[in-house]
Amino acid sequence: MEKLISEFSVGLFFWQLVIFVSLILLLRKFAWKPILSAVDERETKISEALDQAEKAKAEVARLQSNNEALLREAQAERDAILKAARDAKDAMITEAKTKASEEANRMIEQAREAIRNEKLAVMTELKNQLAAFSLEVAEKLVKEQLSTNTKQAELANKLVSEIKLN
Amino acid sequence: MLKPYITAIFTFFLVFAGFASAEHNGAHAAESKDIKTEIKSYINHHLQDSHDFNLFELNGSHVGFPLPVILWDNGLHVFLSSAFHHGETVAESNGNYYTLFHNKVYRTDAAGAITLDDHQHPTNVAPLDFSITKNVFMILVVALLMLWMFGSMSRSYKSGKGLPQGVGRFLEPIILYIRDDIAIPNIGEKHYKKFMSYLLTVFFFIWIVNLFGLTPLGVNVTNNIAITFCLAILTYLITTFSAKKDYWMHIFWMPGVPAPMKLVLAPIELLGTFIKPFSLMIRLYANITAGHIVMMSIIGLMFIFKNWIGSSLSFFLAFVLSILELLVAALQAYVFTMLSALYFGSAVEEHHHEEAHH
Repeated sequence: MEKLISEFSVGLFFWQLVIFVSLILLLRKFAWKPILSAVDERETKISEALDQAEKAKAEVARLQSNNEALLREAQAERDAILKAARDAKDAMITEAKTKASEEANRMIEQAREAIRNEKLAVMTELKNQLAAFSLEVAEKLVKEQLSTNTKQAELANKLVSEIKLN
Repeated sequence: MLKPYITAIFTFFLVFAGFASAEHNGAHAAESKDIKTEIKSYINHHLQDSHDFNLFELNGSHVGFPLPVILWDNGLHVFLSSAFHHGETVAESNGNYYTLFHNKVYRTDAAGAITLDDHQHPTNVAPLDFSITKNVFMILVVALLMLWMFGSMSRSYKSGKGLPQGVGRFLEPIILYIRDDIAIPNIGEKHYKKFMSYLLTVFFFIWIVNLFGLTPLGVNVTNNIAITFCLAILTYLITTFSAKKDYWMHIFWMPGVPAPMKLVLAPIELLGTFIKPFSLMIRLYANITAGHIVMMSIIGLMFIFKNWIGSSLSFFLAFVLSILELLVAALQAYVFTMLSALYFGSAVEEHHHEEAHH
């Protein structure tokens, strides 16, 4: 201990104190503060960049799921539209078919009616013609039969004979 | 990226370690009196501060350069240490005569007489010595080196878009280590920032100064008690002046213990606040001093053995020890920084549930 005290040099202590304290102050101003702040800045930048990357990743994932949902929706919509179109087509076809058959039936019916009417008219005409012919024939026959007196008498006789008095 | 730097640093020190041994070899080649005493005095001389920067001795002449001597002795006396001629002559300044005795400056007469007391201590007046000694010179060099190194590093962040360039790539992980593994865990996220400047400066200062101590320049700043005292007192002052209410509370009126115990604990805790920085001071001083003594003793063994087995063995030992000292240089810087951070942490700590502690 005594040796240590005797070794102690005031001058050395003084210079060490002066130089060291000014070294601390100078280094603080010119080195430590700029270095530490540069390092801090870099570290915050890195951690921010990492955060941003994480966020971007989450955003991409979100967009992807969004896209998938949109795709699914579009597909569903397309399916619905197709289905509706198919239904409409089917409905139109059925309707057209029914309409066509109805029309056909109606026309057939009309034709039948017309045929019936024509037939009736023809029949009536025929009947009238036949009646006229018959009358003419009968007239001619009657004229022929009753052309002489004998023949008239014969007829009268015949008719009389046919009358049976019971 | 780190590997080339580490390799470069190791190569640097290994080359210097080899150079160091060679240098001592040359210094001791001259066969003189008792070689053991010579080695011992050489070690002592090496451990002491010096008024001139002596690189080595060549054929009895000193190779190096003088440093300014600044004395306060009823007025300022400034002259170059070359005036002492390595303690051989008396220096004259403004009518006063000074001489070196065991590397200390004493006022003397024109003849350079030194009177000794019974314990071989000089009775001459020792003026206040503010000389730029070898250690002060080294501190200045290290301070300028650090200013240049970290100043250019901080500028490189601007040009490098937030990334360090050059030596900064090697230094940045160390700075981040001090921040993330020393400051934040011990002081806490909330308060650590205001202590960072001190912790970083003290870490790099001790480390670089210790590394310089391993070079053959023969400077070992941290084995001066004045240096470690200065660093420890700064830690103590920062701790004391940044202390919050809780810190003093824990010293003078420890919560959670019975009142008589509080009275017993108060002086112990108060003493503890001085012992903590004191241990910092002694630990750094003792580790570096011991390392240098052992290192130089092993190198000295080469000249005692004087045969190729013993000398090469001690060379190998010195080589291994150099590597160990590289570790110690960093380790002591780490320990000092770590413990300082721990003390700062206890000073700013806030106990929310006081009774729950202790």
